[in-house]
Amino acid sequence: MPQTTPFHDLLTPYNETGIWKHWSGYLVAPRYQFSTTAEYYAIRDSVSVLDTSPLFKYRITGVDALRFLQAVMVRDIAQCPVGTAQYTCWCDPDGFVLQDGVIMRVAENEFWLSAAEPSLRYFRATATALAMQGVGIQDITGDYGILAVQGPHAHSVLAQLTEAVDSMAYFELAETAIDGCPVLVSRTGYTGDLGYELWIRADQAQQVWQCLIDAGKDFNLIPVGLEALKMARVEAGLLLLGVDFESSRFAWVDAQRETPIELGWRWMLRKLEDDPRDFIGRAAIEKQINERSNRWTTVGLSIDWYDYERVHLEAGIMPPKHDLYCESTKSIYRRGDKEWDYAGYATSFLFSSILKKPIAIAKLPNDLAKPGTEVDLEISIIHKPANVLATVQRMPFFNPARKTEQPTQPTQSTGRISS
Amino acid sequence: MKNETNYDAIVIGGGHNGLVNAAYLAKAGLKTLVLEQRPLVGGAAITEELIPGYKFTTFSYALSLLRPDIVQDLNLVAHGLVVLPMTNVFQPGFDGEYMLLGPDSDVNFHEISRFSAEDAESYRDLSHLINRVCHALKPLVDAIPPNSVSQDPADLAEMVALNQYMDGLPEDVRAMLGKFTRCSAGEILDEYLESDLLKAQIVSSGIIGSKVGPYSKESGLVWLFHKLGEYDGVQGEWGFHKGGNGGFTQVLARAFESLGGTIRTDAGVDRVLYTDGNEGNGSEVTGVRLKDSTELSAPIVVSALDPRRTFMQLVNPDDLPADLVQAITEFKFQGTASKVNFALSGIPNFPGLDGRSDIFTGFTNIGPSFDYLEEAFADCLAGRFSRKPFLDCCVQSTVDPDMSPPGKHIMSCFVMYTPYQLADSDWDSERENLGDTVQATLEEFFPGFGQLVEHREVVTPLDIERVVGLSEGNIFAGELFSPQMFLNRPAPGWNQYRTPIGGYYQCGSGTHPGGGVMGGPGKLAAQQIFNDQRPEGG
Repeated sequence: MPQTTPFHDLLTPYNETGIWKHWSGYLVAPRYQFSTTAEYYAIRDSVSVLDTSPLFKYRITGVDALRFLQAVMVRDIAQCPVGTAQYTCWCDPDGFVLQDGVIMRVAENEFWLSAAEPSLRYFRATATALAMQGVGIQDITGDYGILAVQGPHAHSVLAQLTEAVDSMAYFELAETAIDGCPVLVSRTGYTGDLGYELWIRADQAQQVWQCLIDAGKDFNLIPVGLEALKMARVEAGLLLLGVDFESSRFAWVDAQRETPIELGWRWMLRKLEDDPRDFIGRAAIEKQINERSNRWTTVGLSIDWYDYERVHLEAGIMPPKHDLYCESTKSIYRRGDKEWDYAGYATSFLFSSILKKPIAIAKLPNDLAKPGTEVDLEISIIHKPANVLATVQRMPFFNPARKTEQPTQPTQSTGRISS
Repeated sequence: MKNETNYDAIVIGGGHNGLVNAAYLAKAGLKTLVLEQRPLVGGAAITEELIPGYKFTTFSYALSLLRPDIVQDLNLVAHGLVVLPMTNVFQPGFDGEYMLLGPDSDVNFHEISRFSAEDAESYRDLSHLINRVCHALKPLVDAIPPNSVSQDPADLAEMVALNQYMDGLPEDVRAMLGKFTRCSAGEILDEYLESDLLKAQIVSSGIIGSKVGPYSKESGLVWLFHKLGEYDGVQGEWGFHKGGNGGFTQVLARAFESLGGTIRTDAGVDRVLYTDGNEGNGSEVTGVRLKDSTELSAPIVVSALDPRRTFMQLVNPDDLPADLVQAITEFKFQGTASKVNFALSGIPNFPGLDGRSDIFTGFTNIGPSFDYLEEAFADCLAGRFSRKPFLDCCVQSTVDPDMSPPGKHIMSCFVMYTPYQLADSDWDSERENLGDTVQATLEEFFPGFGQLVEHREVVTPLDIERVVGLSEGNIFAGELFSPQMFLNRPAPGWNQYRTPIGGYYQCGSGTHPGGGVMGGPGKLAAQQIFNDQRPEGG
């Protein structure tokens, strides 16, 4: 039997489609309305609420908590002051990524972590192996529900419920209360937009939910499903485990594994030379950096709109665009004299409604990874392969200033209005 | 730049087509000036904050026909283009009946089945056939049309190519296209569908903005025209631009300025200046004279105004060929549409769907049957505004919260029929009567509507003409009837954006492809200007 999140019964009336899918064994809605794009625009133009409760949640505490995370995580958690959060990843000893996730430092020696896959036993076993007795790792997955409130009006809505959001900078947190219920708020999200995530005690889910819905009524707050979220995250250049990379833990061969460098997370290791930590996988990653031996670089691809139109129109069909999001591998070829000269692959493909063109997240060898490089992306036109021109570009594809700016109330969303 | 009087190109009129045209010219490196008579650009695509926090889409209110290549060519996304999908079409009927169509075709199937099981299926066939017709027309919509009167071998060859293209279309597409050009929307719909409510909903696209009823033969083409657009590749779908259509023209203005173009507002043009044509030399444009007598010179002047203004007012018609003058004189404007826009304290309530704001996330059509629409049209023919008007309503604030203060709403109502020429009155006397009639009509379908109204704006055809400058208030800058479309827009032989005066071009909605916030005329006119600049054979 699939599990349900603390918000399931509250969300059920919103699900016009009646469709539920499974996420880590929990029921979640791919979409609530019949139009994914309409939900997507709640994220980009008004405000959305998304139930991300199925994430695994861990509380890491104790005198060794900091040392433990320094040893496990690729980024140095010591650089994350109390009251802030850090996006990071952790690797196996060969430098291959196990998972990515967000760690919130709620106190000097207390960290809350959300992760896509179960990691309790892994963390505990690692602590033991590192002989760190002063760290406790608790699974608090069932104790909390998480709501992501994302969109240009996220602040307008939450500011009605707690003052804590007023002065909160990007990746900051606050322990606050909504209607008397303790809530941990972080200015984080998976959409690349202005947004907050709320950790709410499971037994108080209903109370906080009702406050949120009431506060959102005048800003078109709607629940959105995973499909809209995934569209937004591609534009934000955020990778998805199981789509853009696999956990090394369950891979069969190294070809399925990737290092942080190969996933485009070189920025996480920006100050590695000044960082004395011996975190798991460091030696292998460092070697890869020094030898430039990474097999791939993860890049953004901007698909040429004219070419995309042309190949479809020549076949006599309308180019598919609306609600188009695809997680299956697409091959990429080097442009040159040789035909079908395989070079790499795209993992996520999206027709970005706000950018009005198709985009993709792709893996390319180093010599093709420079922004501006042109490659051919293979798509299928009436069951036949066809190449379209694509250009390497830096991610994120879409990066509005409001994501990190201090919001004013009420938050104005994109677009200026004539007077 | 301040006292600059010399430009490579001057575009008269800062509506969407003027701005599109100017942006293409600027992109090609021409020093381009846009002259706008009003204090703001946008023409009939503007958003005005009439009362604080409420953004009124004074005239046009939705996007679909905008040619997608313009978005790319002018990099409009970078300048703030955001088009929100309109997801639902709500069609109230009589006695609490309604049809609500949305983005899911299977759900629509069942919704239509409530009225007719056969219609539910037929609707799909009809929609697909229309999509194929539109798809077939795409290359014609997006190209400079051939010249049907010229005897130049190149022009003759283009006409031959056009006929070959049409002959090469699939039989069913060709037959359907024939129906659209010859038959009324009502006749076509009768052939496919039986539900009056569904037919009345669809036929709204066939009458909108035009002096036609459901069974007027011109309504077929008007319907087809309104299906030519798309939303992210979905044919015939519509969207709201962020901040209304004024938000869109502001995007165009920024794109134009970022390409080095200059906009001058409060700069109405009195005259286009040109040399005398004599002794075998045609006249050549030299510039424009503003209403304040300032003269500006440019070897290229483009009029984004409607054909009447382009040919009969900006230049002396005596300097033009008689057949062109005659064609423009006969060109039908006869505006029949008005706007009534409301600031509302809450969302209108439809009994049976109480409190549902989602029904307003697209078009809401008041016009529950062919009979209702025919009756409304009969009033128009009698020279009065419809006592029971057809309304096309949009509450953009249901998807775009920045259109109104929190919890409040803004409602745009397109109103028909409201003939420009009233038989027994005038619009200055009838303006508020029209507002009252629209409000009473809405009260009928949404009881309690009147209590929600905080502010009302009534825009009659006369207001459209006065404010925007569209002759007789025709929103398309001239009717979308076969005799004034494609080869004939605005006149046979003068459908390629040129005028008899060298260097003087036209790029308004009165040229191919036509009205609506399309941008096609602006883009294609620019293409023609580039063609003419290129040396022969180059």
